[in-house]
Amino acid sequence: MKLMPCPLNGPRNIQEFVCGGEVHVMPDPRTVSDEAWASHVFLQDNPAGVVREWWCHVATSYWFIAERNTVTDEILRTYPAAEVFAKRVEFAER
Amino acid sequence: MPLGLLKYGLARRYPASRHFPIRPPLKDGYDVVIIGGGGHGLAAAWHLAHDHGVTDVAVLDKGYLGGGNTARNTAIIRSNYLTPEGVAFYARSMDLWRDLSARLRINILYSQRGHLTLAHTDAAVRTMRWRAEVNKHLDVDSQLIWPDEIARLAPTMSLSRSVRYPVLAALYHPPGAIARHDAVAWGYARAAARKGVELHPQTEVTGLLTSPDGSRITGVETTRGTVRAHRVLQAVAGYSGQVAGMAGLKLPIRSIPLQACVSQPLKPFLDPIIVSGSLHIYISQSARGEFVMGGASDPYPLYSTRSTLDFKEGLFAHMLELFPALSEVPIMRQWAGITDMTPDFSPVMGPTPLEGYYIDAGWGTWGFKATPVCGETMAHTVATGRPHPLIESFALSRFARFDQVGEKGAASVGQ
Repeated sequence: MKLMPCPLNGPRNIQEFVCGGEVHVMPDPRTVSDEAWASHVFLQDNPAGVVREWWCHVATSYWFIAERNTVTDEILRTYPAAEVFAKRVEFAER
Repeated sequence: MPLGLLKYGLARRYPASRHFPIRPPLKDGYDVVIIGGGGHGLAAAWHLAHDHGVTDVAVLDKGYLGGGNTARNTAIIRSNYLTPEGVAFYARSMDLWRDLSARLRINILYSQRGHLTLAHTDAAVRTMRWRAEVNKHLDVDSQLIWPDEIARLAPTMSLSRSVRYPVLAALYHPPGAIARHDAVAWGYARAAARKGVELHPQTEVTGLLTSPDGSRITGVETTRGTVRAHRVLQAVAGYSGQVAGMAGLKLPIRSIPLQACVSQPLKPFLDPIIVSGSLHIYISQSARGEFVMGGASDPYPLYSTRSTLDFKEGLFAHMLELFPALSEVPIMRQWAGITDMTPDFSPVMGPTPLEGYYIDAGWGTWGFKATPVCGETMAHTVATGRPHPLIESFALSRFARFDQVGEKGAASVGQ
């Protein structure tokens, strides 16, 4: 059993979590070009090394950020998303 | 003892020839360099030499030939996909598979078994009926069958209703087959080498060389020196993103391990290939009697081919409902391959923005069965500079056009 140290629930079986993909800054959907939007949606850094990802503890619906090494399968650090997203992301009204 | 055998044994030079030629020194340049000596790269090399007369070709691999995902899949071959593009592509592959042993002059143990995809819920039965109708429309031999017919085809599988997920129906694809994956790589490699293609295992590509303005590929840097090349084909599933990164390309690919295992060999016990998308299991019996078994992809991206207990627990919790007798059978080996998962479960193939650089990637759980057709279509693409008609819709540029090929018939798509 592999453990994921959840910032909210402590160490839990990694089967209780889902991986939500790499953390990227979302471009403003109203002004971004189609091509840049497509790369934001589809293209992956997919690094062989340290990756910063969204993870969710399913039972508590708690989303957080994890840094792990994709070569050694080590989880290096997990923390609340607030550490990266310090303020609410506002998009201008239509 | 027959005299011929005695003479053979005492002969200074055995009449048997080497399977592969000894690795030659790396030349300064080649017309075509293929990065990746797996099934796809070797098949492309053979088709380049055989179909297009392009023999100044070097196949480079960082390890040994056929040692990557070609050796790590579960060797299932089928064409009951759901998109017209996917069916046309995999059906052509089936055509090539059938007489591949004769063409390569090696026995790849191609064995047509029939392929059953099980349905355990009413929703899954409806999906199977949909798949069967789409398949028939696309001229694929595929039908929905019920437990009486399933019992006739797979008498050793439990059809008990007293289990968590009883079998209600199945999608039956009679042409479904398995083959010996190593023999496929060795066969293409030997046939290509006989046409003049050079095989360079233990030759890792560490960088790409481009023209001064960066628009055209001019060669590759390797651990054995620099090699010039007019054209370069990348066929390195598992590390596609890393190699493509050298060419300045970002891919819509996540690298996710897929684990598999084999049991100890038993006498013939199971003829068809059994798959359950709902239970995330598949099983077939190989020519030497081992049960080849696989399950769900790992739950997060990774480049490590480690094995986990989670995988085996998930696999056998369901497998033993279908095959209770396997509870007494030891597992002999287990391993993992790294799959290239694309968002639409279709490959990424064809020319790239870097002129002269071609890509064959995005092989998630559907790469082995496509080996022959990848060789044929990528060789055509490299030789002519234009994508083969069968792979036009698999271009990398489809993502920027929002024109994906959603292949819901892929094994990794739960029903």
